[in-house]
Amino acid sequence: MEHTPYEYDVLVIGAGGAGLRAAIEVSAAGASCGVICKSLLGKAHTVMAEGGMAAAIGNVDERDDWKVHVTDTLRGGQYLSNPKMAEIHAKEAPARALELEAWGALFDRTKDGRILQRNFGGHRYPRLAHVGDRTGLEMIRTLQDHGIHRGIDFHMEYTVFRLLLDDGRVAGALAYDRERGRFRVYRAKAVVLATGGIGRAFKITSNSWEYTGDGHTLAYDAGADLIDMEFVQFHPTGMVWPPSVRGILVTEGVRGEGGILLNSDGERFLFDEIPALYKDQTADSAEEGWRYVIGDRDARRPPELLTRDHVARCIVNQIKSGKGSPHGGVYLDIAWIKEKISNSEDHIKKKLPSMYHQFKELAGLDITKEQMEVGPTTHYVMGGVRVDAESQMSTVPGLYAAGECAAGLHGANRLGGNSLSDLLVFGQRAGAYAAAFAKEQGDVRLDDAAVDAGINEALEPLEREGGEGPYQIQYELQDLMQAKVGIVRVESELEEALEEIEGLSERAKAVSATGNREYNPGWHTALDLHNLLVVSEAVTRAGLLRRESRGAQFRDDYPQKEEHFGKVNIRVARGADGEMVVEELPVEPMSDELTRLVEEMG
Amino acid sequence: MAATRFRIWRQDGAEGEGGYRDYTTEVTEGMVVLDAVHQIQAESANDLAVRWNCKAGKCGSCSAEVNGNPRLMCMTRMSDLPTDRPVTVEPMRAFPVIRDLVCDVSWNYEVKKKIQPFEPRPPDAEDGTWRIAQEDVERVQEFRKCIECFLCQDVCHVLRDHHLHEEFVGPRFFVYNAALQMHPLDTGNRLAALKQDEGIGYCNITKCCTKVCPEHITITDNAIIPLKERVVSEFYDPLKKLFRVFSGGSAA
Repeated sequence: MEHTPYEYDVLVIGAGGAGLRAAIEVSAAGASCGVICKSLLGKAHTVMAEGGMAAAIGNVDERDDWKVHVTDTLRGGQYLSNPKMAEIHAKEAPARALELEAWGALFDRTKDGRILQRNFGGHRYPRLAHVGDRTGLEMIRTLQDHGIHRGIDFHMEYTVFRLLLDDGRVAGALAYDRERGRFRVYRAKAVVLATGGIGRAFKITSNSWEYTGDGHTLAYDAGADLIDMEFVQFHPTGMVWPPSVRGILVTEGVRGEGGILLNSDGERFLFDEIPALYKDQTADSAEEGWRYVIGDRDARRPPELLTRDHVARCIVNQIKSGKGSPHGGVYLDIAWIKEKISNSEDHIKKKLPSMYHQFKELAGLDITKEQMEVGPTTHYVMGGVRVDAESQMSTVPGLYAAGECAAGLHGANRLGGNSLSDLLVFGQRAGAYAAAFAKEQGDVRLDDAAVDAGINEALEPLEREGGEGPYQIQYELQDLMQAKVGIVRVESELEEALEEIEGLSERAKAVSATGNREYNPGWHTALDLHNLLVVSEAVTRAGLLRRESRGAQFRDDYPQKEEHFGKVNIRVARGADGEMVVEELPVEPMSDELTRLVEEMG
Repeated sequence: MAATRFRIWRQDGAEGEGGYRDYTTEVTEGMVVLDAVHQIQAESANDLAVRWNCKAGKCGSCSAEVNGNPRLMCMTRMSDLPTDRPVTVEPMRAFPVIRDLVCDVSWNYEVKKKIQPFEPRPPDAEDGTWRIAQEDVERVQEFRKCIECFLCQDVCHVLRDHHLHEEFVGPRFFVYNAALQMHPLDTGNRLAALKQDEGIGYCNITKCCTKVCPEHITITDNAIIPLKERVVSEFYDPLKKLFRVFSGGSAA
């Protein structure tokens, strides 16, 4: 078949914060750039981010700087992060935030007119630049509106299903157009993956349909390494009622503004479960916690602002011990601050406007007066494509990854607010290095046979008659991952999960999609299954190999941290015969300066 | 609740003949229209096309007309709809249909590209940052809440009934203009474009757009009317007119 390819120096896959920031940098470097996105422009997952972006600007507390930020990040990640990435991130986040302002973003302000910063879990000082609780919208719209004037080609509602290689180097991609079902061939000297996460592999998730692990799987299929796949972040506070909104995110900002977590006995249970690593940084009374919220610099933060892995697990324990709320969650209370401030209703509506609307409109509940019911929801994957800290290049030449689909910054657990800054810092770097790579390296050649084979494979579900539909397999996989590879894991269940994933993979090879190629969600789901199954297997296998509990992974059969596993990341890659290979890889070494900092900051 | 009837618009491609088809599905507590559509898709219409993303009213993807009202399907609760007749779900009617509930909104993206981009004044401080009062931020934050669902474009009669897409940009882009014009740092002047190319004069402030905005942006009163006033004082103010005659140029 004859295909005329679209040709770019750099092809960016994904148009959330990381993809847009990368594309802007590619165009600034004078390279040609195409962006492919599954949805319309400006609808990517970044739009849902609420709380803010972490950057040690020090506007609210001048004691904050990159050194505190990097040590907070490393501690939060239980020392499995790539230390160099954590350092780059902490150093460059302030410049990336200020640059957004130069492009039109309007953050909330301090009294003297500078960018206001708010408290968040695991951050020692108020650090998150924000716009109420819709920071992600502000960020994606700013990048979008800046990007459309920079000569970037946007291909909206296209899905990439295969990367093309030329002698081991990335050479382009195959995509289909969701609207009409036509195939498109892209030739590019470098490719940046910015596809986000894998949340749709689980039943209860804050993620949209887009989060099917596309970038993870494209990279894996192309021969790149993945790491840290066992670390899936369950955000402690998702909505639990009514059933149809189960999993929708309730921002950590609620707790940053003074919200407290209570069990059915009305106990603030987190005070009883403060981990040793955070004992010195955590308030020991409700009174001290409140002082922290209102900005007392000598107060320590309330236990609700402990890291997400810990808070989520404590919530699960409360529910298991029979102290949960009627619909299987616990209570989150922000209304109580009326005891402390006179105009609390207005204050809550102003600081958390979209939370107010979300509960009002979807649950018929007024958060300024009533307690919310919340429980953990699959939110983010720390694992992803293994990249070089400086350049973001994967182990496949010319293939870069940034944002959630890349790994290394967050280690075993991500701090809230570190994602938006991650997108900008490493999106910018991936764009710059990809553009430079494209300039330095020669042209690539596309293999026509690989193009035809890829397209034929993608058409199989439509051409196959009488097979099972794709939705049932997707649902079964989501149920399985939720039940056996969720917040609490144990060897026997992980083994069972692997076997079941194998069975589902066999069934997925024989699915049929009805209808034609135009905007056909059944066909799209059939193609997504491969990605969901690959990432599910990777999470499960990596979880099995890590026989300890650390960060987001809790193993009921190995409830403690093990020294050995504190020194290794788990690498996942495709073996010579197509089988998934999982092995330990030493954690990247820490520089002497960082080692000293970590010791000093305690 | 129990089995509920739906009439959903099905259309096979842009050129295809469209029509309503009837479906029945079980509606349970707390469900929104988008849940019901997804359930129907999974149960009996695998190829039913619908656009959606966040399912929390934040991305503006699932715009449609529910019982004739422009709505986000994810924020329309089934319990708020009458149960004595089928729930009608159809695509936004001001845009061409691609398939079923999905329509072609690409015109909006083309319009936005033509609007003069943000251009900040030089930084206020030596470190390259600006000082802005919170109240100045709040004035435009209302406009920056827009999630680009294009429901305001869908109901605007200048677009829906009169099809003046070449001469009129619609409420969404007046809000966008307002966000830029009233941005505390912006130095651009978009008034001539608003008058000549973007057709702000066509708006006769019926406020249909304001009524359907899921973000509750007071589009007409806070964005369009102030812009109209600025255009009037820029181009129809007699003193400025006189100044233009004598200076031989345009008054900035």
